[in-house]
Formats: sequence, structure tokens, C-alpha cells
Amino acid sequence: MTTVPSELDRKFREAAAAAELLDVAYDLTESPLGELLVAASERGLCRISFSPEGELDRLQRAFGRRILRVPARLEPVRRQLDEYFEGRRREFELEPDLSPLPEFQRTVLRELVRVPFGEVTTYGALAGRVGHPRAARAVGGALNRNPIPIVVPCHRVVGSTGSLVGYAGGLDKKETLLRLEGALDTLW
Amino acid sequence: MQAVRVPPFETFYEENRDRVFRLLVRKLGRQRAEDAFQETFLRALRAYPTLDHASHLAAWVTTIAERVAIDVHRRRELWDGTEVPDVESLDEHPSYEELRELTADLPPKERAAVVLRYGYDLDYSQIGAAIGSSAEAARQAASSGVRRLRRKEL
Repeated sequence: MTTVPSELDRKFREAAAAAELLDVAYDLTESPLGELLVAASERGLCRISFSPEGELDRLQRAFGRRILRVPARLEPVRRQLDEYFEGRRREFELEPDLSPLPEFQRTVLRELVRVPFGEVTTYGALAGRVGHPRAARAVGGALNRNPIPIVVPCHRVVGSTGSLVGYAGGLDKKETLLRLEGALDTLW
Repeated sequence: MQAVRVPPFETFYEENRDRVFRLLVRKLGRQRAEDAFQETFLRALRAYPTLDHASHLAAWVTTIAERVAIDVHRRRELWDGTEVPDVESLDEHPSYEELRELTADLPPKERAAVVLRYGYDLDYSQIGAAIGSSAEAARQAASSGVRRLRRKEL
């Protein structure tokens, strides 16, 4: 049976992105944390997912149905993630698109991006930094639904006692990331 | 009946791309099928946000592919037949470029007939062969095209 030649398939995907006809372009990439789905809207990086299964439906609800896998469009994201996991990158040069999120969550995540590589903060301290010192629990909720983990570094937020507390992708992943950044040593 | 939710474009594309590609290869040959394939799915992508439900997506994209194939055929009818004899000897006739512009708004068959008759001085049996019709139909297409051009000029 004739199938679409891979070169033609690639050309169509890139033409669709170049014509700005997509709500979201995405790709899959391997990492030490397992396979990741990475996605970008017109405005920037909009998703990093530890569970690619079912992610397209969630992206569709947030951004629209014109979703297409376009590896070329995600090349900078894949490359910077690879560099990060290989210990060759401490900061990401990627514009996050937080536009579909509620305002409080956007504020929290924007503040979180300022916590540098290798350092940690607490839920309470982050709540204070966004002007709601009593809202540690709400901050936890905002981080739990972080659509762009790793790049928006919710793994750098721990409990006031230094315990890791929680991570939407699984605590083992949080630990791996903090160990990679050399931040576990400062906790204990 | 419960309306079927429209899936992400990726899902739709993966489910239909091979079938659409085979359809276009059958209709146009391998070479032309490649351009038509891209055009088909770009058209589908443009219209995708306006779909209300997903009940007939396969039929929908097939219709788009068939329309694209017809467009490609029309362009072929018009221009492939013109690589005909000895253009050098036809200086007294309007140039290909002039006729091309002048006839741009005619229906495809009439345009082809006018260009071949008055641009390249073919007889109607040759024109008929080039556009896939009888000599008489070619004559009618050319004269109807000329009438249309005259009406436009007045």
C-alpha cells in the first residue's frame, strides 16, 4: 500500500506552521524523566507534559483544535532541554505562553521563573513574593497545575521544613531535577 | 444522533493522509500528487475551525482533494497542450503572454481553445485533442470565448 513519503509529510507539517495556521505545534522528546510532550503556540512554549497520552485533547481545550506535530518548530525547546539534562544549561531562553491561565496562577508562575537554577524556595515564601503571604495553599494549587514544568521551575519549591511535599509529575521526578541542579545537598 | 467531537487536527491528518495521497496519485500521477496533497491538507486546515462535528470527516477531505485535483487538471489542460509546434513561426499572432493576460478571466476550456487557436494557430481537431473534446466542441469553445472577450471590451 502506498503511504505518504516522509519527506512530503515533513514538508506539509512545516508549511502549515509557516502559514501560521496552527493553534499549537508539538513534538515528543526523550529525557531522563521519560518521554516528554513539548508544545508551542504562536505566543511561545505552552506545554511540557510527562504524560503525552491524552495531552492533545487537553491542548485542544485550552488552545483550539488545529494541533499538529511539527518537530522543526520545537527544535529550540528540545535542544535546550537536552542541554539542561546534560548539565550544560542553567537558564532557558524560551518565552512561556501562560495566556490561557487564571490571573493568580500566571502571577505565581511568573514569579517562580525568577528562582534560579540550584536554589529552592518555599510555598509560603513564594506566596509572600506575590503579595499574598497567607496563600501558601493556593500557591501549591497553582504549581500543581503548572503547564510548563522544568522550564517554569515548580520543582524548586519545597515545604517550609525542607520536605519535597509534592510534584504533579511524581516526587521521584522532582528529586531527580533537584539532584541534577545540586539543590538537594542544601536541603539536608 | 450524538454529534461526534472534532478531534485534534493531528489525529484527523494521521487517519486520512495515506488514503488521500493514494487518491491523488491515482488521479494525477505521483509528481503532481505531491503538490496537490499539500494543498488539500492546507485547505482542510484553514477550514478546520469552522467544522461543527466530525461525522463525515473522511468524506469531507475527499471532496477537498477532488476539488484540488480538478484545479490541477484545469491548469494542465490549459498549459500542457501549448507546447506545440514551432512557436517561432507564429510571430504575426498575439504573444503567448499577451493572450494569457487577455484571457485570464475566461472559463478554462474556452481559455485553452482561444489561446491554442489564436496564439498557436492550431486547427480545431488539434485543439479538440489537446483539451479532450471533439473538434466541433473546440470550435464552439473558441468562438464562445471570443464573444465573451468582445463583450468585455465594449
